[in-house]
Amino acid sequence: MKRIVAILLLNPLSLLGLVLVSAVVCGAVFADWIAPFPEHRGAVVDFSNFNQPPNWPYIMGTDLVGRDIFSRILYAYRISLLLGVVVLVIAVPIGVISGLAAGYLKGWPSFVIMRITDVFLSIPPLVLAMSMMGLLEPTLINGMLAVTAMWWPWYTRLVYNVTRAEKQEGYVLAAETLGASTPHILFREILPNCLPPILTKMTLDFGFVILIASSLSFLGLGVQPPTPDLGSMVADGAKYLPDSWWLTVFPGLAILVAVFGFNLIGDALRDILGAES
Amino acid sequence: MIALTRLIAKRLATASLVLIGVSMLIFAIARVIPGDPARIALGPNATNEQVAKLRTELRLDDSLPAQYAHFVSELLQGNLGVSLYTNRPVTTDIAQFLPATLELVFVAGALMVLIGLPLGMLSARFEGKWADNLIRIVSLLGVSAPSFVWAVILMLLFAFYLPLFPIAGRISEQYAIDPVTGFLLIDTLLAGKPWAWLDAAWHIALPAFALALSGIGQAARLTRANMVETYNTPYIEMARSYGFSEGRIARRYAFKPSLIPSLTIIGLDFAAMLGNAFLVEAVFAWPGLSRYGVAVILRKDLNAILGTVLVISATFLIVNILVDLLIAWLNPRIRHAEQQP
Repeated sequence: MKRIVAILLLNPLSLLGLVLVSAVVCGAVFADWIAPFPEHRGAVVDFSNFNQPPNWPYIMGTDLVGRDIFSRILYAYRISLLLGVVVLVIAVPIGVISGLAAGYLKGWPSFVIMRITDVFLSIPPLVLAMSMMGLLEPTLINGMLAVTAMWWPWYTRLVYNVTRAEKQEGYVLAAETLGASTPHILFREILPNCLPPILTKMTLDFGFVILIASSLSFLGLGVQPPTPDLGSMVADGAKYLPDSWWLTVFPGLAILVAVFGFNLIGDALRDILGAES
Repeated sequence: MIALTRLIAKRLATASLVLIGVSMLIFAIARVIPGDPARIALGPNATNEQVAKLRTELRLDDSLPAQYAHFVSELLQGNLGVSLYTNRPVTTDIAQFLPATLELVFVAGALMVLIGLPLGMLSARFEGKWADNLIRIVSLLGVSAPSFVWAVILMLLFAFYLPLFPIAGRISEQYAIDPVTGFLLIDTLLAGKPWAWLDAAWHIALPAFALALSGIGQAARLTRANMVETYNTPYIEMARSYGFSEGRIARRYAFKPSLIPSLTIIGLDFAAMLGNAFLVEAVFAWPGLSRYGVAVILRKDLNAILGTVLVISATFLIVNILVDLLIAWLNPRIRHAEQQP
């Protein structure tokens, strides 16, 4: 673990990733202190300062009702990160358990589980989440639900493939011969060997959950106003291009920075853990 | 050819099974939602009798399995029901909007392959050099933003600040093209109007590139990773000791085996593109399925939602079967399978 951190800190790209992610996380957590205008997260109107290009004290400009875009981005990060955590906390265990089961068990349970993942994977992720969001009500909870619904099958696939390979290994056969129970073999023997790829995928996915969630709200199927959200900020501002470019460019770059940071770390982790296994 | 035919049959069977699953899934989501779709469609001013009449028409009072059975029997006759949003058959709506979306996605897919694979190849050949680092960072950036952000940035740079490309639409107004296939890049050629073809290509360039960017990054990253692995194999060393040029080694020996795993992922990326097309279409006012899809979702127009999702999934499954066949054909172990004893 210490070695992994050391490698991450020494590589310039993963260091940049760590810096970006730390900045985003700190910005979100300490938004109340960092944001110049914390009250602008809600339905505040300040028409005397509306639609201002970047200047002091509005470093990223103001929106059409005079709210500070930088402050709103910090609060939008809060929602995005929360969504990322909740989605992964629900989706990963579902995917891991079903993947272990499908990979280790034979016959119809494995067939049924994998065909169900096929069904989910053959609907474009965004389309599945959109349909769910539209049919339910567009709230934060439903957004988490919709993104989770499209996320778990990827973990099932990943764990399934690793389990299928590990099942043939000597240590699993040894445990079977000793009469270990199936849960013991799945969770104590095979699962530890699935952890490196799962960890890498989770780091990468944190960024991609943010990306998908912003796409949903860009289409008007996400968190509803006045809650700040990066996707809906881009969508609202896009109507006023090119004159009020700051309305779209800064929230857009905010998404890019967060996802890029998680990708840089995930890539480095893949190199390190891949070399170790 | 026997191996290929069997492969096709097997893949078609699985795809049909998956498609049935998709229809059941969306059907289940659509029917367990709170709220009365008939009431939502008719609005708050409709009388209870009108709502009851629509409920009967939509068979909402039947049991779920009965509703599904009816839906499937209609589907087998090519009937997806009537959209409550447009009051037209869903199949008519989809036939009108789908070609524009497919054209965009196919052009983006072509860009992904034509730009992404060579970039990955270049990156692997110069592993560790500045060209490799540059390509890696650029491809990672490409993957790191949703396509609507790229669409907005590209539009700002190349349509507003540098007015090189049009801002919206599929073709200039002066060209009247009769829809035959619905694909303007084909219809203009069928009509024998090369200038109209150029105009359509000019319109599709920016949205297709915005849609392709993350796919280009993904394809480049994968190809690089696979090729770097191939470069470490003994047969590359042998090719080097024969004195073949690095360019020839890259193209003929290192790239070919890396192509197969890359293609598998490209097939999956196609699914993402079909979804992301919704985002790009919204930015460039592209007259595809996007506006229709979002509109019917917001109105809880069940028939239209079900139809749209089914058609998109079917497209994805067909493209993936084609990709699988291409892989099978490229893989000599499968291509020559029947010649082995």
